[in-house]
Amino acid sequence: MIDALNQLFSYQFMQNAFLAGTTAAVLAGIVGYFVVLRGEAFAGHTLAIVGFPGAAGAILFGLPQLLGLAVLCTASGLGIGVLGRGAVRDRRAESAAIGTIQAFLLALGFLFVSLYKGLLEGVNSILFGTFLGITREQALLLLVIAVVSLAALMVIGRPLLYVSVDEPAAAAAGVPVRALSIGFLVLLGLAIASTALITGALLVFALLVMPAAAANQLVVRPGPAMVVSVALALATVWTGLTISYFTDLPIGFLVTVIGFVIYVTARLVRRLGRA
Amino acid sequence: MQSATHDQQAPVGTAALQLEDAAVSRGGRSIWRGVTLRVEPGEYVAVLGPNGVGKSTLLQAILGLLPLTSGSLEIFGRPPHQAASLIGYLPQRRSFDSSLRLRARDLVRLGLDGNRWGVPLPFAPGGREIAKRIDEVLEVVGAAAYAERPVGELSGGEQQRILIARALVRRPRMLLMDEPLESLDLGNQQAISALARDICRTEGVTVIMVAHDVNPILGDLDRVIYMAGGSAVIGRPEEVITSEKLSALYNAHIEVLRTSDGRLFVVGQQPEAISYHAHD
Repeated sequence: MIDALNQLFSYQFMQNAFLAGTTAAVLAGIVGYFVVLRGEAFAGHTLAIVGFPGAAGAILFGLPQLLGLAVLCTASGLGIGVLGRGAVRDRRAESAAIGTIQAFLLALGFLFVSLYKGLLEGVNSILFGTFLGITREQALLLLVIAVVSLAALMVIGRPLLYVSVDEPAAAAAGVPVRALSIGFLVLLGLAIASTALITGALLVFALLVMPAAAANQLVVRPGPAMVVSVALALATVWTGLTISYFTDLPIGFLVTVIGFVIYVTARLVRRLGRA
Repeated sequence: MQSATHDQQAPVGTAALQLEDAAVSRGGRSIWRGVTLRVEPGEYVAVLGPNGVGKSTLLQAILGLLPLTSGSLEIFGRPPHQAASLIGYLPQRRSFDSSLRLRARDLVRLGLDGNRWGVPLPFAPGGREIAKRIDEVLEVVGAAAYAERPVGELSGGEQQRILIARALVRRPRMLLMDEPLESLDLGNQQAISALARDICRTEGVTVIMVAHDVNPILGDLDRVIYMAGGSAVIGRPEEVITSEKLSALYNAHIEVLRTSDGRLFVVGQQPEAISYHAHD
């Protein structure tokens, strides 16, 4: 067992994968708490899909994949935030803006894939994840993104919580609700770009929503809920990477299955605890 | 009014709320004008009137969220933008989603420091005082028993008590409540009104509550502000809710009926039919 783990970490690509996976899990675990609290899974889903043209475009233009992901995801987060709401949150305007941006960018991704003839194999990993291609540079860039995002969340955390649970009261208390809501979508874009590097664009919810939703079932205090969410995300990604290394099963599949099992278990635990 | 409820800090004679010939408009349309009224410290006052007449707008003007187009408005002698720390506010809302998994106590805490940047750290100094203050205010509203439960699982009346605790946690001298009785059953309406009265009497807080139906709260109230026809009058319920006063305010024939148990009904030309705006 110890030998096997030593062997696992003797490869630099596995070190990179673990570094990137750990960083993404911490960021996704915390940002995911707010996604679940705010009910913004649809916005999250769209930003994730936007990761597809982001990553495909980066490959087409010979740029680091994470850079393409980060730029397009944050820009779309900003777009959804600005187009989707006026002074108050308007779910209809928001979902219309989200749908529009999603369709347009998905088409753009398709264009990039068509232009880049040799991408066929890459499409799979962009959509469903891989850990083989993560370079040291990408892992470090990911670390920088995560540190900056978490620092920003440390600054806006408390008013963001207020806006997320009771926007009118927060507004009356002088909280800049519109700026915070848009700012959060930008942070969500960064978290999704980071997660998509591991899980692929389509499976980011494995780390972004499943651990946070499970934590939300188990814990009703914000701080501890975020800690549990991060712990579950870390458990998901570490287990996923290890099994993937030894079995060759795809990482995107593994993290999603683990996340699913954790979420279902959390629901059962809560139900049993109540009975 | 008993003078014992006057706040020591306020100079004698300073009103909790004073409007002089005040007017507001929204999108170029006048909502109300020529409103002159004075609420004393420690009074429990209901704001009544048909939908769309500008009851919520009055609260927003008090909060300084909507500037007056003319006249003046002072809270304990201060203009609204300097009075924010004196006011606790309950916005109008239905209820929290049952899926909201946030401890009631944490929602109360947001009233204390939810508008401050940063995050509360686990062992930060002052944590004990904050916890003590939250315990106190939960005790005042009678919500201590369910403060550890998630807000979404509480009943409408319990949620309302938590929200009142949140509005009171900073020790405001005035509590503004926008339709807190809406969507509550009669028993809970009376219980929340009794709580508002107790907060007035024991904490010396001036309570201004927008209400749809005066009857559940009639026995608790000191005075009412009745808004209609683009203006407002203030007085004791039995002075204001009369056929003469309301007919003059609506500029239409209004009849007020009193049942044997003292309940009031405004009939004749239905007030609701006069107001043509669905909501303010």
